Amino acid sequence: MKRTATTFVAAMVLLAAGCSSSDGDGGTGGADVPGVTDSEVVIGTHMPLTGPAAAGYASISPATKAYFDFVNANGGVHGRKITYKVKDDGYNPANTQQVVRELVLQDKVFALINGLGTPTHTGVLDFLKTNRVPDLFVASGSRSWNQPEKYPNTFGFNPDYTVEGKILGTYVKDEHAGKKVCFLGQDDDFGRDALVGLEQVVGAVAAKQTYVTSNPNVGPQMGALKGAGCEVVVLATIPGFTALSIGTAAKIAFKPQFVVSNVGADPTTVGKALGAAAPLMEGLVAANYLPLSTDEANPWIQLFKKVNTEHNGGAEFDNNVVYGMSVAYLFVQSLQAAGKDLTRDGIVEAVKKNGFQGPGLVPLRFSATDHAGYGGTQLTRIEGGKAVFFGSAYTTDDKDGPVAPHTATAVTPPSNGVPAA
Amino acid sequence: MTDMKTKVGTDPVPASVSQKTRSGRRLAPVLIVVAGAILILILSYTLPPFRNYQLATVGAYLCVTAGLTVLTGLNGQLSLGHGALMATGAYAFTLAQNKWLSMPVSFVTAIVVTTLAGAVIGLAAARLRGPYLAGLTLAVAIVVPSVTSTFDGTFNSDQGLSVMLDPPPGTIPMERWQVWVCWAGALLTVLTLALLVRGRFGRQLRAVRDDETAAKLAGINIARTQVLAFVVSAVGAGLSGALFAVLAQSVSPGAFPLTLSLFLVMAIVIGGLGSLFGALWGAVLLVALPTFAQSIAEQTGSHRLEGNLALVVFGVVLIVVMLAAPGGIASTGNTLIRRFRRTR
Repeated sequence: MKRTATTFVAAMVLLAAGCSSSDGDGGTGGADVPGVTDSEVVIGTHMPLTGPAAAGYASISPATKAYFDFVNANGGVHGRKITYKVKDDGYNPANTQQVVRELVLQDKVFALINGLGTPTHTGVLDFLKTNRVPDLFVASGSRSWNQPEKYPNTFGFNPDYTVEGKILGTYVKDEHAGKKVCFLGQDDDFGRDALVGLEQVVGAVAAKQTYVTSNPNVGPQMGALKGAGCEVVVLATIPGFTALSIGTAAKIAFKPQFVVSNVGADPTTVGKALGAAAPLMEGLVAANYLPLSTDEANPWIQLFKKVNTEHNGGAEFDNNVVYGMSVAYLFVQSLQAAGKDLTRDGIVEAVKKNGFQGPGLVPLRFSATDHAGYGGTQLTRIEGGKAVFFGSAYTTDDKDGPVAPHTATAVTPPSNGVPAA
Repeated sequence: MTDMKTKVGTDPVPASVSQKTRSGRRLAPVLIVVAGAILILILSYTLPPFRNYQLATVGAYLCVTAGLTVLTGLNGQLSLGHGALMATGAYAFTLAQNKWLSMPVSFVTAIVVTTLAGAVIGLAAARLRGPYLAGLTLAVAIVVPSVTSTFDGTFNSDQGLSVMLDPPPGTIPMERWQVWVCWAGALLTVLTLALLVRGRFGRQLRAVRDDETAAKLAGINIARTQVLAFVVSAVGAGLSGALFAVLAQSVSPGAFPLTLSLFLVMAIVIGGLGSLFGALWGAVLLVALPTFAQSIAEQTGSHRLEGNLALVVFGVVLIVVMLAAPGGIASTGNTLIRRFRRTR
């Protein structure tokens, strides 16, 4: 008995010694900034590479990485190569906890970039704050990222869902005046924030329904919306559920005008999920704040396409790829702005200072008191299987500010494709 | 410990054990737990933060595997629903914590609520045998996400709830604090269980498992024993769930999927059914194997593998252990020692 215990204790101590020594020499070197050396900056992210949100979103991080590889091939930023560690969390908040700890405590990343998902990322905000990790460009439009006092190191990327809801609502109010407007949203901050924005503009909706990603069936919800006689249905859904909603509605001969949040509207992703039923998307109205992947004439698309071919193995070029590369571009801009002596505080200050000019159609809102990402969006309509922009871009805030058209000349990318300091 | 390995059923306690060693054995669990506590304390100071976090996770898992191995190994009741009991504990803890912001109160709430839940399920379970019991508990495991989305006002659906936690006292690093909290819970659970199963209650558990008719003839209340066993193990699961809420600073149904319940059963079988040391092995494997699987998946470069490889690894380990050591990992050490003693 005693022997067993002694053996066990000895084994555990050895194990501990082994663990600590194997981790000890993976230190940061140089300055005392985690993840930063003179030749490298290590950053990480959590992404749904598997699970209910993998459709579409799984191609974001390879695109981001491809752009970093492109920058690295051009000499990196301030002589540093960017190493991007991507961890799969399966869109499961519990896994996010695990992988983000791994990134921060074990891999010692400098910053977290573009962690994806409202439910997933919400759970790691406190952990990142405690460890003072810059949490940049969260891939979601929840208003939770915009709490400068509570989470000083967290910044969003997407227009927040309330901003988007207000702009989609303005379209509905102008173009579908007097029609019965209904809503289907994810049962979390995504759906709730979007509904707040929408109702602020169109008034109370005639019917509202929610879904959860763990239950891939929206039959009851679409039935209820049909029963309520909805003519316009606003969706705050992830791509898989956009497809599911459109398909389910068609099955029960329910043909409202669908108006879809940007995060669930990539035509390539939704079209693939619908398969042979892809033509059902025709006329669908959505929004975007980045150039569309099908807009061959746009210089940003030309740049990103080139990077996609050279560094992303020529992956299917959809709006998710454009999104991933736009995030990477913004991060490289932030690194440039933070200067040669890279610190965690330095990059947070650089992001707060803002002034970034990139592929976005509207300005980024970053300031000392605002940590939300893009401040508006432009409407798109699917015509002939392709999304096209119509009208002008709009900006607004998440409070009761007006929805105003935004007119500014678009910038073109630098000739070598890498933002300068 | 000899006592515990006998419930594998292969080697009964030798009749010649003297009264003196018996009382010595009664002291053993306390000594082991104290030794364990010292070891954990040392480890918490020497390990790097991420390893500390993993160590804390092992502690949290140990609470549930220890309870489950007593239920399944000693009392013969198979539960596929312990993940749901963990969820019960985690949500109870979180709701209490966010209301009163006091960890002791929240832990007590979690334990009280899971005791009730365990009693209800246990009452139903005591009337069921074998596959029917598995079916009932399986249903409990499956119902968690639906409950959280039906009552989304309280449980906030898939997104779950954040847990408000006070920072660790003084300048203790977060991860070390987590190790202390989790292992305090784990060692208390193990000590309680070890003392429980050693006495009259343990004998009743085994008697009911081995032959209900014989146990009844011996004057044991079968249903009462079974319900009690279920409640005891439910409390372990609830405490474990609460500890996970502390670790993750959030609870969501995704943290307690059906696969977790299945993994728990696999872990105690691999570790050694009915043995508390086996439960420890199971808890270690629950942390180590997914990490191992993930690092392999990352090396292959296929992201699709990452989410799924852990299942394969667990399955393979289960098969290998069952072929090589049907009594589980915990039994291998004992067998070796016995062989060693015999040759000496």
